[in-house]
Amino acid sequence: MTVTAEPAVGKEAPPGATAPAPRRRTGRVRRIALPYLLLLPALLLELLVHLVPMVIGIVMSFKELTQFYIRDWGAAPWAAFDNYSLSVDFDAPIGKALLHSFFVTCAFTVLSVGLCWLLGTTAAVYMQENFRGRGFLRAVFLVPYALPVYAAVITWAFMFQRDNGLVNHVLHDQLGLTDSPSFWLIGDNSFVALLVVSVWKGWPFAFLIVMAGLQNIPKELYEAASIDGAGMIQQLRRITLPSLRPVNQVLVLVLFLWTFNDFNTPYVLFGKAAPEAADLISIHIYQSSFVTWNFGTGSAMSVLLLLFLLVVTGVYLVLTSRGRRAADA
Amino acid sequence: MRRTRAAAASAVTVSLLAAVTACGGGSSTDGGSNDSPKTLTYWASNQGPSIEADKKILTPELKKFEKQTGIKVKLEVIPWSDLLNRILAAATSGQGPDVLNIGNTWSASLQATGALLPWDAKNFGKIGGKDRFVESALGSAGETGSDPAAVPLYSMAYALYYNKKMFEDAGIAGPPATWDELVADGKKISKDDKWALGAEGANLSENIHHVFVLAKQHGADFFDADGKPDFTSDGAVAAVKQYVDLMGKDKVIAPGNAEYAQNQSLQDFAKDKTAMVMWQTAAATLKAHGMSDDEWGVAPVPVQSGAPGADTAVNSMVAGINMAVFKNTDNVDGAMKFVNFMTSVDEQTILNKTYGSIPPVKAAQQDPAFNTPALKVIRDTLAKSAAPLPQVANESQFETAVGTAVKELFAEAAAGRPVTTASVKEKLDEAQQQMPKK
Repeated sequence: MTVTAEPAVGKEAPPGATAPAPRRRTGRVRRIALPYLLLLPALLLELLVHLVPMVIGIVMSFKELTQFYIRDWGAAPWAAFDNYSLSVDFDAPIGKALLHSFFVTCAFTVLSVGLCWLLGTTAAVYMQENFRGRGFLRAVFLVPYALPVYAAVITWAFMFQRDNGLVNHVLHDQLGLTDSPSFWLIGDNSFVALLVVSVWKGWPFAFLIVMAGLQNIPKELYEAASIDGAGMIQQLRRITLPSLRPVNQVLVLVLFLWTFNDFNTPYVLFGKAAPEAADLISIHIYQSSFVTWNFGTGSAMSVLLLLFLLVVTGVYLVLTSRGRRAADA
Repeated sequence: MRRTRAAAASAVTVSLLAAVTACGGGSSTDGGSNDSPKTLTYWASNQGPSIEADKKILTPELKKFEKQTGIKVKLEVIPWSDLLNRILAAATSGQGPDVLNIGNTWSASLQATGALLPWDAKNFGKIGGKDRFVESALGSAGETGSDPAAVPLYSMAYALYYNKKMFEDAGIAGPPATWDELVADGKKISKDDKWALGAEGANLSENIHHVFVLAKQHGADFFDADGKPDFTSDGAVAAVKQYVDLMGKDKVIAPGNAEYAQNQSLQDFAKDKTAMVMWQTAAATLKAHGMSDDEWGVAPVPVQSGAPGADTAVNSMVAGINMAVFKNTDNVDGAMKFVNFMTSVDEQTILNKTYGSIPPVKAAQQDPAFNTPALKVIRDTLAKSAAPLPQVANESQFETAVGTAVKELFAEAAAGRPVTTASVKEKLDEAQQQMPKK
């Protein structure tokens, strides 16, 4: 998913290689070239699968690509920045709806990533202790991550039904928490429903990654700390969290990108037209292109989203690695 | 090593080439050719209870066609949720079927892509002429004033299905003929967790079908004569308000229906929870839910006053499935033969009988099978009081924009918030501003 800095391959010279003979040199060239050769197919496929569609998408965003032109979209007239100005004209309905959708997505992402991380880290820390049934619990916790998204979200959609759903049965019929059964799939509550499903689906990943990260923290640190009289909270603050920093850096970024771009969850939960309160940007763009057949505007919105995510990711990486370098120094 | 590298390189080259050519495809073979006269690919829409059922129903008919003409038809039944996207993808890439089914309301939108073969007099001549088809069905096959983009295959219309037992329990003699009667009857029925009318409030297309008819009854259209959207006229606003008021003000639709989009209202109907539904062909589904044919009755959908007829007495859209030929088919003669076969009197009778629809071919309607009380209501509606949805290129955008507006208004009504003329107008105005400028 993310590229971490590997030590440059081929740099380390074998011990005693002070006087490189000509034969050795060709061997070295080969050794330097080999990784690139092996990477070449992957690079080409990456180009084909990711970059080419991206470039086509960018080209499309400058065209007036409606149903009149999709059959021969080379003939679609150039729209210059029309699609973009339509998307960012926040006084007109299309721009206003996009901005609204953007804010909804931001709020949703912050809450979902925060909760996923909190739940995952808490569970992982507690599961470090050795107790009976630990393996079983670990397996259970990972179930949401292992289930196919569609099957899981359809089940949630059933549970969120107003009249026959499990959620209202528990909240309203059994606990009596609400005066009347609430709607979860339409109206304002849909945001809560979406958040619940997203956190349920996402936190096992955080759990898994943090658990793996915890294995790398030497036990001696904790032993020394407890001899020095540090309590659990202090151990967590001074040892666990700082040691998890590199893991968290990647984890939060990946969770952020996945959540911000999540399409499956709202689509399966709400169908083609998500309620305003849960109108995530990916589904909004889908509706702006596929349902209304205006692929130019849809592409322009996608390009804007791409730029936003690039900027956020870039700033995030610069900030977090600068902090890390400072900490390392 | 070298061999594998060469293999990998050529694989990459081939796929790159494939991608490049796929992007450019689509326009080269205008009008179709006859390069492969022995095969056809047919995309059928899902008309029966399941995809498998459709395959079972259609395969013997396709075998008959193969026997007659020697042309083998490769059948693919495509679920409704995918069909439009698949057609769009086919139109974009030029890699599509030869013959396909389309929902008749998409006709004008798809016609605008230029991907479908126009049915001019010459092409109609190859299938026995335009006059064989019912006029209202032809009216939903493409933009008004241009050659149809498709040929009608199955026709349907809305009717009011009512649950006889629930009517009896509430002491109501017969089905309502006007909306006032429906609301009055509805108030007698709607109590103790029973409700008068079902609605699929979160289903955009259903919403459109009903508000379109109500708008007609208020003397309004969602598009003006030039094909420009006109969503905020008094009639259109009154129509949308009247439909949503059935839940909000009149309280004859259960609030829970605001989130229905998967035919849950038919289930409620079969379970004696809802007394009426407005539906196209419900018989097979009701049977599947354990309701026998004599437990329900069929009546025309209510009007504002008087009896169903033309203009403001319209009480259904012209629903149905059309059959189209893809413009860049490589077997245009075979495709024509196949459309001719599927619209022949014999096949029309067999298929429409199986699917519970009405044949749009006049001669096939004579069969007694289309004379049951339920189908007679639908047939009369189609003949006298059904109007086609706007046949404009932006029809699908209209369905999305206005359908979503109605869905959101239902959500408001279901939450107990007031739905006023002003709030309806505001929503419709927003919808209109989302429509393409051209």
